[in-house]
Amino acid sequence: MNEFGGVVRVRGLFKEHGQGQGLVRAVDGVDLEVPAGQMLAVMGPSGCGKSTLLHLLGGLERPSDGQVWLAGQRIDTVNERGLARLRRRSVGFVFQAFHLIEELSAAENVELPVLLAGRSARAARRRAAFLLERFGLADRTRHLPWQLSGGQRQRVAIARAMANEPLVLLADEPTGNLDTAATLDVLRIFADLRAAGQTLVVVTHDERVAATADRLVTMRDGMFVDDTQLAGRTGRLDGLIGLED
Amino acid sequence: MQDAVLAMLAKEPSHGYQLRARLRRVLGPLGESMNAGQVYVTLARLERAGLVVCERVDGLPDRPDRKVYALTSAGQQRVAAWLTEVGWPKPDLAEFHLKLAAAAAARLADPVELVDAQRRELLRRLGEAQRALLAEPDGSTAGLLLEGVALRLQADLRWLEACERVWSRAGYESEGG
Repeated sequence: MNEFGGVVRVRGLFKEHGQGQGLVRAVDGVDLEVPAGQMLAVMGPSGCGKSTLLHLLGGLERPSDGQVWLAGQRIDTVNERGLARLRRRSVGFVFQAFHLIEELSAAENVELPVLLAGRSARAARRRAAFLLERFGLADRTRHLPWQLSGGQRQRVAIARAMANEPLVLLADEPTGNLDTAATLDVLRIFADLRAAGQTLVVVTHDERVAATADRLVTMRDGMFVDDTQLAGRTGRLDGLIGLED
Repeated sequence: MQDAVLAMLAKEPSHGYQLRARLRRVLGPLGESMNAGQVYVTLARLERAGLVVCERVDGLPDRPDRKVYALTSAGQQRVAAWLTEVGWPKPDLAEFHLKLAAAAAARLADPVELVDAQRRELLRRLGEAQRALLAEPDGSTAGLLLEGVALRLQADLRWLEACERVWSRAGYESEGG
């Protein structure tokens, strides 16, 4: 943990793609700090740089300039091997298209990152069984991805992302392919994880997903243009409906 | 509220507290703020209008509320008419639309900032509705009401996005000559 206490912290972050006339500043001078246990949502139009930002936070891409810390450790200066290790153990990724391994069962998909982190097969099986049960998939552990609904596949993907108890869970449009009911299932899981102290960063187009976060930043052209605290005003639901006289 | 209370009486004559409990159950978390008096005020109005009758009965000694309310035939007709009505609340967007136009025309305020402030407020409301919805079990009637509230707020937020797009372009054009 660094002196500022943020699990995720970036300073003066830039990411450029292309060169010359084709140069695009996908991330254009971003400062951000996400405290432990916070759910941060990032919204913005397509191409605003929100996915690139997520990749920089999780070490999937390296910044053109600026610094990235994860739990107090600089990750932008870490070598490839260190970065790969960090992605395996300290960061959990969830994608819109699930990206499960189609040849492996739900349980095996969740076990894989535990095994890759060097733990025993027994530990991997236990962790997978625990997470799949927690996410309501106890009766789906032996199913292959194609035998599952989209919502179930995404829950398996979240279980996989949580396999090594990551410092931060990074989700890129996690409900983009899901219907309303499956979206609510995913949001219930996120709420449950946050209640257990998990730090989450969620990139989304869906206002209903973003609104459940503690804090929402809006990006445009690689920059933050709005930053709103959403949590804190609770229990006052009467303003939501107008039942007169 | 008057029509809803009348319609709930169509099932059977009821005490005020029974009506209130049923309303709260159907409204779920959104009904928690409903105060006790509201149902009784509504019942008194309905009685004056001749839509319900009130009968005193011998209740339990620990129940001070011994009045039972029942529909009159006029009340039954009103319920039947209410059920077939297709009226629907009209979205009240013109006021905000005019606010943006007036602010821009008189240079009183930046319409984009007004949109942003409104967006933050709606996002907070949406967050409250969504959190309450997540706490409801799947398929609950009260959850359905929260779902409707959330969907409307989402539609309003998308409209605000369109407002922001157009008004930020308008600002750019006037600055650019």
